[in-house]
Amino acid sequence: MESLIGLLVGFPLLGAAVLLCGGRKLDRSGHWLGVLLSGASFVTGVVLFAGMLGKPTDQRALHQHLFTWVPVESFQANVAFQLDQLAMTFVLLITGVGTLIHIYSVGYMEHDVGRRRFFGYLNLFLAAMLLLVLADNYLLLYVGWEGVGLASYLLIGFWQFKPSAAVAAKKAFLVNRVGDAGLAIAIFLMFTTFGSFTFAPVLDNATDAGEGKLTAIGLMLLLAACGKSAQVPLQSWLGDAMEGPTPVSALIHAATMVTAGVYLITRSGAIFNGAPDAQTVVVVVGAVTLLYGAIVGCAKDDIKKALAGSTMSQIGYMVLAAGLGPIGYAFAIMHLVTHGFFKAGLFLGAGSVMHGMNDEVDMRRYGGLRKYMPVTFVTFGLGYLAIIGFPGLSGFFSKDQIIEAAFAKGGTQGWILGAVTLVGAAITAYYMTRVMLMTFFGEERWKGQENEPHPHESPKIMTVPMIVLAFGSVFAGGLFKAGESFVHWLEPVTQFEHGHSPVSAAAVTGATVVALLLGVGGAWLQYGRRPVPSVAPRGSLLTRAARRDLLQDDINHAVLVKPGEYLTRGLVYADNKVVDGAVNGTAAAFGGLSGRTRRVQNGFVRSYAVSMFGGAAVLVAATLLMRAV
Amino acid sequence: MSVANAGFPLLTVTAALPAAGAVVTAAVPAARRGAAKWLALLFSLATLVFALVVLARFDPGGSRYQLTESHSWIADFGVRYELGVDGIGAVLIALTALLLPFIVGAAWHDADELEPARPNRRWRPTQGFFALMLATEAMVIVSFAATDVFLFYVFFEAMLIPMYFLIGGFGDRAHAAGEEEGAKQRSYAAVKFLLYNLAGGLIMLAAVIGLFVVTSDQLGEGTFSLQQIAQARANGDLTMGTGIERLLFLGFFFAFAVKAPLWPLHTWLPNAMGEATAPVAVLITAVVDKVGTFAMLRFCLGLFPEASKWATPVVLVLALVSILYGALLAVGQRDIKRLIAYASISHFGFIILGVFAMTSQGQSGATLYMVFHGVSTAALMLVAGFLISRRGSRLIADYGGVQKVAPVLAGTFLVGGLATLSLPGLAPFVSEFLVLVGTFSRYPVAGIVATAGIVLGALYILLMYQRTMTGPVEKPEVRAMPDLRVREVAVAAPLVALLLFLGIFPKPVADIVNPSVEHTMSDVHKKDPKPDHQVAETGWFDYKPAEHAGGDHK
Repeated sequence: MESLIGLLVGFPLLGAAVLLCGGRKLDRSGHWLGVLLSGASFVTGVVLFAGMLGKPTDQRALHQHLFTWVPVESFQANVAFQLDQLAMTFVLLITGVGTLIHIYSVGYMEHDVGRRRFFGYLNLFLAAMLLLVLADNYLLLYVGWEGVGLASYLLIGFWQFKPSAAVAAKKAFLVNRVGDAGLAIAIFLMFTTFGSFTFAPVLDNATDAGEGKLTAIGLMLLLAACGKSAQVPLQSWLGDAMEGPTPVSALIHAATMVTAGVYLITRSGAIFNGAPDAQTVVVVVGAVTLLYGAIVGCAKDDIKKALAGSTMSQIGYMVLAAGLGPIGYAFAIMHLVTHGFFKAGLFLGAGSVMHGMNDEVDMRRYGGLRKYMPVTFVTFGLGYLAIIGFPGLSGFFSKDQIIEAAFAKGGTQGWILGAVTLVGAAITAYYMTRVMLMTFFGEERWKGQENEPHPHESPKIMTVPMIVLAFGSVFAGGLFKAGESFVHWLEPVTQFEHGHSPVSAAAVTGATVVALLLGVGGAWLQYGRRPVPSVAPRGSLLTRAARRDLLQDDINHAVLVKPGEYLTRGLVYADNKVVDGAVNGTAAAFGGLSGRTRRVQNGFVRSYAVSMFGGAAVLVAATLLMRAV
Repeated sequence: MSVANAGFPLLTVTAALPAAGAVVTAAVPAARRGAAKWLALLFSLATLVFALVVLARFDPGGSRYQLTESHSWIADFGVRYELGVDGIGAVLIALTALLLPFIVGAAWHDADELEPARPNRRWRPTQGFFALMLATEAMVIVSFAATDVFLFYVFFEAMLIPMYFLIGGFGDRAHAAGEEEGAKQRSYAAVKFLLYNLAGGLIMLAAVIGLFVVTSDQLGEGTFSLQQIAQARANGDLTMGTGIERLLFLGFFFAFAVKAPLWPLHTWLPNAMGEATAPVAVLITAVVDKVGTFAMLRFCLGLFPEASKWATPVVLVLALVSILYGALLAVGQRDIKRLIAYASISHFGFIILGVFAMTSQGQSGATLYMVFHGVSTAALMLVAGFLISRRGSRLIADYGGVQKVAPVLAGTFLVGGLATLSLPGLAPFVSEFLVLVGTFSRYPVAGIVATAGIVLGALYILLMYQRTMTGPVEKPEVRAMPDLRVREVAVAAPLVALLLFLGIFPKPVADIVNPSVEHTMSDVHKKDPKPDHQVAETGWFDYKPAEHAGGDHK
């Protein structure tokens, strides 16, 4: 059984290698190879899952040691895998949703000349993401961590002939690198504290290290999580990442990669449990991002950017839950999985709409599309109901649990967090209803435009994955909630404690439903009852700021980019004049070196060189003579 | 240990092969210059075979210096022809021999433009070009193998001669301001290279003489033999006064810091790498400069351990400045080759940081860094050279959208770039991480400051890639650009494969290097810092948890 773990990574890695190194011969059929290998990885995952279910809960973890990677004295890094319940959950999500999106992409990228390369990158992403969740130590996790960053870079910039795509790709990689530096420092700290960075020894002995060390490690891990999961303050790259093809946005920038930060925090639970201050920071980051993403999502007219804001906000929920400790880990992962279904479904739906609308992304040029794209409308609609937390659907169960856990944090903090999550739920309902109304209802604002599009339903190869994901959006939450099956499944890894909420569960659910109704009602008043203008109105100060992502880029530009440019320009000047000049000047003081360099330019080179080598030759001859004597 | 290896003089032959190759190549008649190229390639490949034999014959578990040879040379001054390699020298010889065939292959047509219209017996640039490269290789190999300080010094300095002509005589023709200005810049760069290195060398010469005086004073007869000096120090026959040791250390270190190069002695490198052709630039930064960092490990730490420790704080600060300064300067460059040169300055900062952190991880990391940086810079710079040769310009602004017309070129350039920014999975990541973790475990602040370098590394590489390779194809010269040719793929592909292989499986190299680093660590009487809470074992497979964590609440 253990030996199968490597195959999970191996299949897609093979696909990436063949598709990227293989020549044009593979252009016609290469994408099916990509689908096949992704599917093979999923089947392997299912087999391992079945095997795991057959064992008692505390013996489910599997290990596979492949080879010693970097051995230098006490620094021993191995390429070794650990498949426990937490990793298994991710494996199924990554390969399952990944395979569906591979299939969808066959249709979506049909007319793209770079389709083979696209599937190569998608396979590469799967391999790196699986490495990330299967690694049994932080250094190997780091390889997957940067590997998904590379795949993300390549895929955001897939249409790199567009300068905006190339810039967005670079931005994503750079912002992520800042987070990666945090992960690197966390590993240094683990190594100096424990002499190891393998999960088992570090996490089992975490309490020995003392709160100070754990807080430092926790904060560095959080920095890493902020980069990968687009949490404040490293959130600025995700909106631009929508430059990538839509299946990429669905897989990488919604369902899987951006949730890696939540995985990291949950995996490192033992460290955070011993560092309450770090946990508080985690919770604050989650709460701030939850509101930030929701507000941005309300103001965007680009359907993908509205969904990107939503992704940020939903991951904010997960990070918040993970910051609550053992009362929240399982719910964070549960929301992560249900979000994987409905957000991937929503993105694929958005892609299907764009497919039928000449790649238009501006929702102000949509409207009334439900008649033209019935399947897309229904699947998108189910995803919509799931994300706003309509009672009975996936998002309802998973989000409700997080809100309850937030209240259970206790004290003033608990009340604040509970209120934030409720406000977030209301805003979620608002912006998602807005997307729904602007796209599928109302006037057909695209009529009479130049190049009037002819909206049509997408082919089966695209709609079938959407239908499957819609099923997940509807039923997954209920399935996980029934008998607390999901919590029991994860408990051996993440531990679980029942939170004691000052508010009864029924009251929380009631409040959630009220929040939902408020949000939906607000959106209907603005976008349902009245016609949507096809040119955006000026809007309030907040709307205008939210359209600019609450000025994130303006701030980064003013604080980092501009000063950085002045600094490098200044240094380039200084290097030529000051440093060089100082060294030459010092030398001149000793022996007229500077004068000679200057004279050299006027044609003295040869004579100077000849005299120099004459001297050298004399020296060599002299030594040789002495040897002879 | 004075017992010379009575067997086959493997190291001498490994060094003599390229030297013989240089002579043979230079002697090829003017009309047959094609043969000169093939001869150069053949000799570089033969050298590689011998270097691999050296690697194979080297026993990591054996004595410190192996394959030793020892002959008297200048008896009056105790100068001996003494060769021997430790693990560090062995892998660096292998690196040198490995890169030369690629450098020769990439430089195949670089001297063609200089050929006179009609064969001329006295002016044979092709022959000269390749002969000088082989001559440099021979001298570098001797430097890596010399265990006699004076022998090392002679070759360390002699290397400047062929390098001077390679930079000044065969420089890059792709100059924006025309050939005349180009020639001026070339000779300026060559002379600057020479003067900087010569100045360093002269100061070192004084220190070498000083070392002789000290040894002859205390041991009765002067010696330059590393092993004799080490032995004499170990059993107390030789004691250096603190002041003397520090002065001698500074003399040696100054020369190596120029060569490495360390901020603020770095300004010759961007000129030299910018004006030289891409293959020669690789020869400078990937091969010749490594002698500087290698010599810090072998001679500074080995001969002057106390002074090395005394100088450590200053050296660490200079290394950190190099890392950040080189990276920031790289961000600001408009010239592809100068950008790579400043990136190298940043990377040399990492190497020196690792050497002087004085931990196993730092020094093993630094040694691996020397090797892996050589391979990654070769990949990036040689492909950059192919790009420049297509357009006749080094300016980043003259490109854009190359990915669209030459995807293989862009792809290999990207892999070279990703290696330079230390992406995990490619070789340089392993060494950079080791240097950082090794530095952090003794000097946490320095480790964190250096970590900023990995963010800046991503910035300059991706900025260059974005500006040259992505975007719409707007310039007609770019639109007409052919993709990599067979010869060029033959140069780039193996380097890319090697970067991947060493990134995934660096253990064979690490196993050779580690024991030698332990010797160096004991030279300076340093031990790795102990972790605060050492856990029993490090891997899951031999790790036994104290209690079963399964489901119980802590």
